[in-house]
Amino acid sequence: MNAIWHALGWFGGAGRWSGADGIPHRMVEHLWYSLLAFAITALIALPIGLLLGHLRRGRPAALSGFLVVSSANAARALPTLGLLILVVVLTTAGDIVPILVPLVLLAVPPVLVNTYAGVRQVDPGLRDAAEGMGMRGRQVLLKVELPVALPLILLGLRTALIQIISTATIAAYVGLGGLGRYIVDGYSRQEYDSMAGGAILVIVLAVLTQAVFAGLHRFAVSPGVRRRAAPN
Amino acid sequence: MIPAAIGTGGEPLLRWSYVRDNYDGPIWEALREHLVLSFTPVLLGLLIALPLGLACARWTRLYPPVLAVTSVLYAIPAIGLFVVFVAFTGLTYTTVVVPLALYTLSVLVPSVVDGLRSVPEHVRQSAVAMGFGPLRRLVQVELPIALPVVMGGLRVATVANISLVSVGALIGIGGLGQLMVTGMKWPGGAYPTPIVVAIVLIVVLALVADLVLMLVQRFLTPWERSGRVSRRAARAARTERAAEVAR
Amino acid sequence: MITFAGVTKRYPDGTVAVDHLDLEIPAGEITVLVGPSGCGKTTTLRMINRMVEATEGTVTVDGRNVRDVDPPTLRRGIGYVIQQAGLFPHRTILDNIATVPLLLGRDKKRARADARALMERVGLDAAFARRYPAQLSGGQQQRVGVARALAADPPILLMDEPFSAVDPIVRGGLQDEFLRLQSELEKTIVFVTHDIDEAVKLGHRIAVFQVGGKLAQYTSPDELLDAPASDFVRDFLGGERGIRRLRFAQELEAEAAAENAPGAVPAKADER
Repeated sequence: MNAIWHALGWFGGAGRWSGADGIPHRMVEHLWYSLLAFAITALIALPIGLLLGHLRRGRPAALSGFLVVSSANAARALPTLGLLILVVVLTTAGDIVPILVPLVLLAVPPVLVNTYAGVRQVDPGLRDAAEGMGMRGRQVLLKVELPVALPLILLGLRTALIQIISTATIAAYVGLGGLGRYIVDGYSRQEYDSMAGGAILVIVLAVLTQAVFAGLHRFAVSPGVRRRAAPN
Repeated sequence: MIPAAIGTGGEPLLRWSYVRDNYDGPIWEALREHLVLSFTPVLLGLLIALPLGLACARWTRLYPPVLAVTSVLYAIPAIGLFVVFVAFTGLTYTTVVVPLALYTLSVLVPSVVDGLRSVPEHVRQSAVAMGFGPLRRLVQVELPIALPVVMGGLRVATVANISLVSVGALIGIGGLGQLMVTGMKWPGGAYPTPIVVAIVLIVVLALVADLVLMLVQRFLTPWERSGRVSRRAARAARTERAAEVAR
Repeated sequence: MITFAGVTKRYPDGTVAVDHLDLEIPAGEITVLVGPSGCGKTTTLRMINRMVEATEGTVTVDGRNVRDVDPPTLRRGIGYVIQQAGLFPHRTILDNIATVPLLLGRDKKRARADARALMERVGLDAAFARRYPAQLSGGQQQRVGVARALAADPPILLMDEPFSAVDPIVRGGLQDEFLRLQSELEKTIVFVTHDIDEAVKLGHRIAVFQVGGKLAQYTSPDELLDAPASDFVRDFLGGERGIRRLRFAQELEAEAAAENAPGAVPAKADER
């Protein structure tokens, strides 16, 4: 416990709040990598998930469903650290792009699977009513399936972003900037205060992300759907 | 037998000579450590999650705060928890085991509660009507029905733990993760073989553990196997899958 | 008027859902399609708004082959009510009702005002306007379903077992109000049910279907009870045909009396 109290002193250390190794700069770096990877993830996974969920009939749909769910399980089994190290070893280091690849790769499955499952689980009666009233395919997807599936979609996006923030921390080990630097550099210099400071910052960032998504849920999900999804 | 040649400087992804020379040395050591570090937290987490989940299902007012805590726990990156625990338990196995146990807990408690809630009210009522006492009802009726959902959570937590242990390598306690670090810091330039060996072993370990747990579940719940499934059971299975997917 | 001429629906696996159907559904009346499950009554209904495409034959609405109309356009002109109502959980009651007018691009304010008026018409308390479907009882949800189908004032209403999911007492109330509403609106209504009592109570004309998608008899309720055309129809009407006949006569009288009574009372939240 003492060590943690002691580490809090690190936050007041000289140059802690300015310069390239200052907290603001590291935080911005971390957010930049994370949000960039998150945006790419969402751009890839959301449309595919929505479409696969929407086109649910027939054998190809069943196969794609199986593939989507398997991808999520596989992503859970893949060790992030190993993937990051391998990517950096196999490519010329010093570039951010190779590191983005595993970040995105590991974040796509949760978004894909939850979006797909969310749309698929929409009551067929709703779809029938929507079509029966004369909605076109795109209208059914955007006006009915998407809003009803939104709680699960947001859950997938949240899982992905938290996963990315965590992986980006680990990526400091292979040379990425961001908050992970404090942990990795602290470890190699045997400075626990720096490690603890970095860890606290990462934890705060993850918890804040969680809170942002909780707010987003309240703001974006219709009360009619929220009420239904609430546990009893 | 396929040493691919896409490595840097012609270095293959996998050199069998490394595996041959090290399988009963560093590789075996790392694997043994990995097994201890990934399964101890699963057991610990399960031991705590069961009574906690039962309590949450019994006293429903308890559940929302517990759920809030577990969902925040779930969001915290493992590396963050590892580093914080160094302050309490130093550079020991405990420092990795306790955070992973907490992580397991955060997956399992909701599974236990959801599982118990999936017990149909009419089944519970008829058990009461037949004279089952609370404890007997729990052990003989409610827990078996909750089992598939609980096992679903256990599989997710186990697979996640197996892959997360390697992150511990950043503080020097990482099981197979140590091999990744070894490969990265190889004297005279990075050496892909130990990294690939570690990744492959982790993935295989995760798949085997998942398979074993699935077989255990099928053995423990023979009624889920029989061909004709009632509509309710099918629906419960779907929600179970959905919950599993949602992780 | 809706006509079926030699209409067959055959699925790729060879099942024949509807077999060479010829049927004329008159305008301004309630025509009930009734029969056991698997008799093709719902398929027949769904071929009218092209939710199901006929394999052979033609379906026309007011002389126009439905195949010549783009399905979404066709459907926006035909009201559609299904079992469990199929209300959108993420939209308020008012917005659910205004769905089709908004799809047709009508003014939002106007559509909502019309929706409010419709709520009153189907006997829904105005306080429900801003609630969500999950907050309503089954019977209230069905009323919303009917209001939603009526919102764009379509001349035709397709109703697929709209009252089957509610308990018998609520169902009776919904049926009575439905008849009252129809006496004001005089829509062309095609109504599917498996309940012969409901068919006799609501239908001006009844089409009895038998398994295999064949039309067994198509006539007025009166004549159906008097002279079943086949053993199948006799069995389907059941042993209580005499009692039904009697009850039917009583209901006609009650209906006549009700029509003379001043303004029907809208139902309150008594359906829980």
